[in-house]
Amino acid sequence: MSIRNVDMLVVGVGGQGVILASDIVAEAALVAGYDVKKTDSLGMAQRGGSVVSHLRIGQRGWSPLIRQGEVDLLVAFEKLEAARWSSYLRNGAVAIVNNHALRPLSVNVGTERYPSDEEVSDIMRQRSDRVYTVNGTAKARQLGNTRTLNMFMLGCSSLLLPIEVQTWKECMTQRIPSSILQVNLTAFDQGRKEGLDGNIR
Amino acid sequence: MKRLLSGNEALALGAYHAGVKVATAYPGTPSTEILESMARFDDVYAEWSTNEKVAMEVALGAAYAGVRSLVSVKHVGLNVSSDPFMAASTTGINGGMVVISADDPGMHSSQNEQDNRHYARLAKVPMLEPSDSQEAYEFMAYAFDISEQFDTPVLVRSTTRISHSKSVVQVNRSRVVPVRQVGFERNVKKYVMLPAHARLRHPLMEDRLVKVAAYAETSSLNRVGWGERHLGVVASGIAFQYAREAFPKASFLKLGMTYPLPRELLHHFAAGVDTLVVIEELDPFLEENIKAMGLKVVGKEITPRVGELNPAIIEQGARGVGLLTGVPAPRKADIVAELPRRPPLLCPGCPHTGIFFVLSSMGRRLKLPNSKGKSSRRSTLTITGDIGCYTLASYPPLNAMDTTACMGAGIGQALGMEKAGITNKVVAVIGDSTFLHSGITPVVDAVYNQGKITVIILDNGTTAMTGRQDHPGTGISAQGKKTKAVDLERLVRGIGVEDVKVVDAFNVKEIRVAVKSCLDNPELSVIIVRGDCAVRVPRRSGPRAVDSGKCDQCGTCLMIGCPAIQSENGQVQIDTALCVGEACTICQQICPRHAIGPQSEVEGTKCP
Ligand SMILES: Cc1ncc(C[n+]2csc(CCOP(=O)(O)OP(=O)(O)O)c2C)c(N)n1
Repeated sequence: MSIRNVDMLVVGVGGQGVILASDIVAEAALVAGYDVKKTDSLGMAQRGGSVVSHLRIGQRGWSPLIRQGEVDLLVAFEKLEAARWSSYLRNGAVAIVNNHALRPLSVNVGTERYPSDEEVSDIMRQRSDRVYTVNGTAKARQLGNTRTLNMFMLGCSSLLLPIEVQTWKECMTQRIPSSILQVNLTAFDQGRKEGLDGNIR
Repeated sequence: MKRLLSGNEALALGAYHAGVKVATAYPGTPSTEILESMARFDDVYAEWSTNEKVAMEVALGAAYAGVRSLVSVKHVGLNVSSDPFMAASTTGINGGMVVISADDPGMHSSQNEQDNRHYARLAKVPMLEPSDSQEAYEFMAYAFDISEQFDTPVLVRSTTRISHSKSVVQVNRSRVVPVRQVGFERNVKKYVMLPAHARLRHPLMEDRLVKVAAYAETSSLNRVGWGERHLGVVASGIAFQYAREAFPKASFLKLGMTYPLPRELLHHFAAGVDTLVVIEELDPFLEENIKAMGLKVVGKEITPRVGELNPAIIEQGARGVGLLTGVPAPRKADIVAELPRRPPLLCPGCPHTGIFFVLSSMGRRLKLPNSKGKSSRRSTLTITGDIGCYTLASYPPLNAMDTTACMGAGIGQALGMEKAGITNKVVAVIGDSTFLHSGITPVVDAVYNQGKITVIILDNGTTAMTGRQDHPGTGISAQGKKTKAVDLERLVRGIGVEDVKVVDAFNVKEIRVAVKSCLDNPELSVIIVRGDCAVRVPRRSGPRAVDSGKCDQCGTCLMIGCPAIQSENGQVQIDTALCVGEACTICQQICPRHAIGPQSEVEGTKCP
């Protein structure tokens, strides 16, 4: 991955903390000296809808929106959302996918079907074979706070971004309430470790 | 200092540095964060107004009194405030007054896709359109200066992609409040719009436009950047960013002020290029105004009139008319078409769930998953609706809303249907914030004209849809101060409604009894359904669980559409991390098998 320019999508479901995660990436990139643009699409969802954040680090383009087929790094907090946004990946890009399914209502009431793991994997591999699956929700649950998933995913992604660990943590400290900061910093460290162990690069 | 700011934060900071004293708004995506940011400054008076019309009037009064004032609304909010907006243009101001309209191309979160640039022309006021956060910050200073220099309100038009994108802003100013005596000076010819006075104002407005157009010719808000001369692009706002990505080598006339347009500058630019192109989102606003100057220009041949623009759409259109050559980007196979969609939902523990379940079941709209075919019975209730989180109840499985037009419309619509003579009972459902915004006058109408409808006010104590802002019913100001709360029950009684009931949003039986009684009452009735927004439930305890021994998988609990209730292979489960527990219990109340209870009890009774 080019160190100078990274086009990145963070995707998930309303309530999973996608926006805070992408805010912290953007702030960390600014502190690290990069130009950065970020835009969120969350529809009218307070909760439960599909959410996507576009992040452009470096000066590759002018539009805050990244085009389909041009994303270098996709960070997906949920499997169906990973599949949904995979058409944005450029060939050979990296995708980090949280191994967790949140079934939409239509699936619960039986009018639509959630894709199988093989289907998700097939869809993703049409674009890239650098798809890494991580157990973020399980790890966050072990930490006793499933809401730390977003910082775990940031930890995994941090291996691919030209930003020092110190900078990540400073930006997290600025944005996260002190009562839950420590558990979030731990989640970040665990994510980074999981990324290293899983050879994400 | 470099800061990463959203367009809305930058607009607010720009206004603050420009010395704004009074800021008003009614929430509405994508404009909401402007006032939220203003409210954080201690030396600004910031209010959530009851609606946008009032917001405009408060700001106008402040401007008359000599201070700089700011109004921020979403695009449809300008419809609501259009009357005082036109008046502000007619009388002019005293202290500077800026109106920010945040439009929503693509309708990420709106009921329509109108292009508010037309309002600048209609109201004969100058309009600025920033194209990123840096300009959002800087243009506010220009806007206030223009306002005072030309005695006019100024429209600043943003869009979702400007307001909700973050980019780096070089913050190079600090707050400067203009030194001016605060006070209102009586001047009836300027401020009292009797026809005789208004007749004097109209020519001044026309004259003002001519002067502002002359200013636009030389203002640094509009800039030419020469590139290759075969293509010259005119663009503004976010469309400028998309266009320069699509045509990296072209010449550009980047317009910061899009009304009135600089005629000479446009002619000069057009003369310097072979083909003149306008790239704009939604309506051909610039295109038509430029064509009216006698210039030949390519516009909507390239870009659609509908939906949000992006660089790929521009490139595709440009290829279509031969303005871009080279191999077209290969179309990616549509690999995601088959995936289930994920529309937004009512939250677990939402106080709107119970009432809509009752309306849906009493109106015979529910269809259990295992019931075959279409329900043969026709719905016996017509439910006119309004805008807010509760509009989501129009989706399956609840299917409990039949109309949504604009804020406050549901009550009038219900009355109209009744007067038209439909046989169904008509119920109008409206949120508390929406009721205060524009639901009061239609209730006055229903009292006066002897309506027989039932109005249901969903009082969740907040404006949930736009991110939980306070409103007159909560008694907390935009700046977090305790004020006086408007009492909804006394308000409707005061208007003259006699049958008024207040029920607990989480008590299904109580709701059902109240609805039934009101439907049986041939007079006008109001039910206030009261329960805290789920997002405000402070402590969650006692998540529910399904006793699989008792559950016969009838699917009734799935009919409330709660995201915490999940069904896998027919077996229903409750996600304890999502369930709000004791504060809700709607699923438990409606389960015909009594198979749902507190997790501790359900799992305690299970055999190992
Ligand atoms: C004229 C206008 N202003 C603002 C909006 C944005 N908006 C839609 S509904 C709504 C209020 C929702 O609050 P409430 O009625 O209390 O319902 P809730 O979302 O809390 O259920 C707002 C601010 C709009 N659609 N139209």
